[in-house]
Amino acid sequence: MSYEFLQILWFILIAVLWIGFFFLEGFDFGVGMLLPFLGKKDEERRAIINTIGSVWDGNEVWLLTAGGATFAAFPHWYATMFSGFYLALFLLLIGLIIRGVSFEYRSKNPDPKWRNRFDWMIAVGSFLPSILLGTAFANLVRGVPINANMTYTGNLFTLLNPFGLIGGLTMVSVFLLHGANFLTLKLDGDLHERVHALSKKLYIFAAVMVVLLAITTYIFTDITNKIGINPGITPIASVVVLLVTIYFINRKMEGWAFFSTGIHIVLIQITFFTLMFPRVMISSTNPAYSLTIYNASSSQYTLTVMSIIALIFVPIVLAYQGWTYYMFRKRISTEKKALVY
Amino acid sequence: MDPITLSRWQFGLTTVYHFLFVPLTLGLGWFVAYMQTRYYQTKDEIFHKMAKFWGKLFLINFAIGVVTGIVQEFQFGMNWSEYSRYVGDIFGAPLAIEALLAFFMESTFLGIWVFGEGKVPEKVHLAAIWLVAIGSNLSALWILLANGWMQHPVGYVINQVNGRAELVDFFALVGNPKGWLFFWHTIAAGMATASFLILGVSAYHLLRKQNVDLFKRSFQMAVLVGLIASVLVFLGGHTNGQYMYETQPMKFASIEAHWETSKPASFSILTIGDLSGKREVWSIRVPYILSFLACNNFTCEVRGVNDIQAEYAATYGPGDYIPLMVVTYWTFRFMMTIGIVMILLSAFFLWSLRKPIENAKWMKWVPWVIVLPYIANMSGWFLTEMGRQPWIVQGLLTVEKAVSPNLTTLDLLISLIGYVGVYGTLAGAMFYLMKKYAIAGPDATLNESVDVDVAPSDSVAQLVGSQD
Repeated sequence: MSYEFLQILWFILIAVLWIGFFFLEGFDFGVGMLLPFLGKKDEERRAIINTIGSVWDGNEVWLLTAGGATFAAFPHWYATMFSGFYLALFLLLIGLIIRGVSFEYRSKNPDPKWRNRFDWMIAVGSFLPSILLGTAFANLVRGVPINANMTYTGNLFTLLNPFGLIGGLTMVSVFLLHGANFLTLKLDGDLHERVHALSKKLYIFAAVMVVLLAITTYIFTDITNKIGINPGITPIASVVVLLVTIYFINRKMEGWAFFSTGIHIVLIQITFFTLMFPRVMISSTNPAYSLTIYNASSSQYTLTVMSIIALIFVPIVLAYQGWTYYMFRKRISTEKKALVY
Repeated sequence: MDPITLSRWQFGLTTVYHFLFVPLTLGLGWFVAYMQTRYYQTKDEIFHKMAKFWGKLFLINFAIGVVTGIVQEFQFGMNWSEYSRYVGDIFGAPLAIEALLAFFMESTFLGIWVFGEGKVPEKVHLAAIWLVAIGSNLSALWILLANGWMQHPVGYVINQVNGRAELVDFFALVGNPKGWLFFWHTIAAGMATASFLILGVSAYHLLRKQNVDLFKRSFQMAVLVGLIASVLVFLGGHTNGQYMYETQPMKFASIEAHWETSKPASFSILTIGDLSGKREVWSIRVPYILSFLACNNFTCEVRGVNDIQAEYAATYGPGDYIPLMVVTYWTFRFMMTIGIVMILLSAFFLWSLRKPIENAKWMKWVPWVIVLPYIANMSGWFLTEMGRQPWIVQGLLTVEKAVSPNLTTLDLLISLIGYVGVYGTLAGAMFYLMKKYAIAGPDATLNESVDVDVAPSDSVAQLVGSQD
């Protein structure tokens, strides 16, 4: 396999890991953010947590694997992005930490105050990564200040520009909708009805944000130079898919509604990665300083070894993770004796 | 304070904190898997209760281990970007493999184990806990292979064009004896940590004559495993020491405060240095022992710190290549003393099983043994990592050249204070829950769907009061 082929392959593989992460963890971030607002009683909150209880941790590993794969395949990308987005990633880590511990600890003490505190930590811990990753990806596409030594020269506030914030809020809104659509699939009874009503409202928020993001992408990125005014099928499809989601929500076609927000997330991410390619960190200081799959990658030998390992183990992981979803496909009721604490 | 000092503190603190939870996960998983297997085979309810009870403690501990592990994976890029650029071609591989092979396995099957009882077939539920145990130990293997490479780089060349280390032999990386010796030592230490936790908690309940049968069986199991594991830790440590003498002679000499090359070499029982920690003032020594530790031979020559310093200065340029000896010297002595105490204690417990132990006078002291492996585990990592200083990769890159150049003191103060605050709070919550569940005993664990309508103090009383 040629060096260039391997570099492209690993760009695609890392994109796939991110896309998988956003598809899967997207709904459990959404569920986490909705938790304290949707669950009125303790059993309801427990039922909401149980919809993602058996899968959220596995979903999160997609992020860790994306990070590890970036380190192994594109060390300069990993080094520049992780050191550059230092405080943003620090906040993201704090979010993931308090969220992960809260899932495990919230029911370990019957004190309602204890539980409420951990439920809010789940919500905040789901919100922080969502808005930060959305902001980070918008900035990756827009470009950030990077000097000739591949070092990021901005700070946290460099990332909090209008386009970055629109990206962050879009991700929050889409995850909320994706999470609500997931919950309509997994819950029953009164709670199910409330989620359904909520997802109609969340739909408006998400649709507005996505359209806004699509428009501002033309203003803030080099999309017109790179692709032209007609962006092609993927971005158009991503907006269209989201716009038709309301049809499925109104008709209570819950599987289709969840599937379409998922597809929307996939398409919007493909758009982002297409805009970046073959660059991995776009320099707003000087296009010549951008990191690309060619100047940021590992050696051909390492990429070959990692390709063989990925070829063997990725299908295995996909098989058993898919099987977990199949195992826990049943709806979750809020009856106390049926709940796993 | 400069960013590099703060980065060092942050990496040290977060790593030590992470490793407070790791050894118990590594060891206790096997225990729970074994107990559940016995239940599956015998359908004896006592094994079910055992697996549930120890499994609950496993989960409380596991939660923090997992989330603090995420920080570990991100920190290389966040704080040590120049390190990541220099070694990413090699070091990134085991990290990515760890995520792909181990993280997916442990997290996915843990979900099945926690939520699957009664929902998935019994066999699948049993397989899930075994896969969790295997997954977490596999994760230890890959990260120790990565760390082994930092201590003893193999299978690489320095690319003259881009100036970084590049992998040329993946199997050398995977077969690095340093990594496997660490794995042996760490896995055994994990088993010993879990054994001593089980010993301590069981003793607490035996003293109070609660669930005597269950805790007696747990105690017996843990005594046997604890003894074997402590001996294996010790042997692994000794083998590690000899390999260290070959590959990192400076670290070896510094943990022994061995200043001058000598043949045969004596072992220091107590050395007092001057305030800089870099000069010996006075010591008590046992002849021949250090030679034996270094090469299994009572008369071989052992090189001293001063000689090695001179050699390194000649090879790598002028500089101070001596680790902070007061740390390496004392942490080694803590570790070794506790290791020996653990062997003796578990041998003593085994011997005393001839008679009903719940009546023994010394039982009330046994819960305190839980802390021993923790101190030893910490000490071991202090000496391993601080003994490598000033290197981040032995002989290739110093810590000072590895730090991210763009970070400011303010960035690091924010993150350091943030981590300390969050980690401290979580440790408090974790300790509270561990203690609560350990003391409440297995009956409370079985009836865990406690009613939230009950006032908090009452329900805790209910939990505690429901013991037999």
